[in-house]
Amino acid sequence: MKDFRPKLPGFLTGMKILLVNMFKTLSPLTKNPNVNYPFEKEIVAPRARGVIALDAEACTSCMLCARQCPDWCIYIEGHKELQPPSKPGGRERSRAVLDRFDIDYALCMYCGICVEVCPFDALFWTPEYEYSEYNMGAMLHDKNRLDEWLKTVPETGGLEN
Amino acid sequence: MSFGTEILIKVGVVLAFALNGAVIFTLMDVKGSAWMQRRPGPLHVGLRGFIFPLAEVIKFIQKEDIIPTKVDKTVFKLAPAFILFSVFGLFVVVPISPTLVVADLNLGVFYLLAISTISTLGVLTAGWSSANKYSLMGGLRAAGQLIAYELPLILAVVGVVIQAETMSLVGIVEKQIEWGLPFVIAGQGVAFVIFMIAATAEMMRIPFDMPIGESELVSGFMTEYSGIRFLIFYIAEYINMFVMCAIAATLFLGGYHIPLLPVEWVNFYGPVSLLTKTLLLGFILVLVRWSFPRFREDQLQNIAWKILIPLSLLNILITSVMKVVF
Repeated sequence: MKDFRPKLPGFLTGMKILLVNMFKTLSPLTKNPNVNYPFEKEIVAPRARGVIALDAEACTSCMLCARQCPDWCIYIEGHKELQPPSKPGGRERSRAVLDRFDIDYALCMYCGICVEVCPFDALFWTPEYEYSEYNMGAMLHDKNRLDEWLKTVPETGGLEN
Repeated sequence: MSFGTEILIKVGVVLAFALNGAVIFTLMDVKGSAWMQRRPGPLHVGLRGFIFPLAEVIKFIQKEDIIPTKVDKTVFKLAPAFILFSVFGLFVVVPISPTLVVADLNLGVFYLLAISTISTLGVLTAGWSSANKYSLMGGLRAAGQLIAYELPLILAVVGVVIQAETMSLVGIVEKQIEWGLPFVIAGQGVAFVIFMIAATAEMMRIPFDMPIGESELVSGFMTEYSGIRFLIFYIAEYINMFVMCAIAATLFLGGYHIPLLPVEWVNFYGPVSLLTKTLLLGFILVLVRWSFPRFREDQLQNIAWKILIPLSLLNILITSVMKVVF
């Protein structure tokens, strides 16, 4: 036989939850889960996906990210330069140089496909989140800004051997 | 004191009472809901956010009052006034203490129910004159709902009137003092619940906010309103909530009197007592608002016609039988 436990009707249960939560909020004993944001900063999880950073050195401007982007919010321009031969008498190598790498964060929907698809590990998620601007156009963040965020990328454990 | 001065003072007192009540209830709704959801609520407008309704009023006054081209201009402009008129009218008969009442009418309850019906007119004209399909739908829904819930409201009060043998609100409270118990315990418990449900529907607050229903009708009959006229709707909602709670406290919870306290001092503790009861009822309304989902239109009508009205008729029957027997 199942043990019988008297149950509150559903609508009273809902009210009870609200009341309990109200007293929790008002009592100084319970810990408040809120962060008074502009005055105190939230400590986000180390691998939180706040914004996308770029390692411009690693980027080969292969355009894979720009092509995969569902919002078309990545703008890449580059050109090729000839490098001096590594050995005397050798052939001159051409090398891709990144001129422009902009992400329009007004369009970006943070799907992370660009990070997934990058073959040279040039794009990273960072927990940085304070990059709002006063107008829409300024949400187009350029290469230098994306490079700055690279410092906030947490260390990875490295790839599997 | 001349008649004119007296009227002026009474109007001033009613205005002060109504608007302060609206401010208190706005605060209770906003702050209370925030606390119930583990948020601090408005924090930055002075005194830890406790004067934010004033900022709200200033914001609405300095906004542009947009009147669309195709609306019926006179009706559109007058509609908020109807609602404000109706809710201010309700204050006239609510006694704060046996002597502190604007007018102790012999037909107080009748007056209350009659004057509260005028807000239906305001809502319907607002919905109709806006020349907007959402407003019209909202106005029609509001009319259906307000008419449906007017009946249980009236029938619930009839039980109280039968038990108290008077229609004057002061008389009803005196009767409760005589009985020693407020009517909610002494026989009108069902009527109280019916009254509160019907009053919530009359206020168009959340479990019954089909006419406003922002997810389907934008904002119902208020869609086209902006600036100060929207503010009037907004304030009227809270004044209505305040005065309905005050009426419920007067009719069912013993009004300005608390059992076991000496009746001679009622002029001193009366206002505090009534305000406390009003705030308690208001708090229950806030609690209900944040724990219930919205009723669908047919469910809403079913509750009114199939449950509340038969129940309140039964309540009247039992009350009158008891009255005759004892």
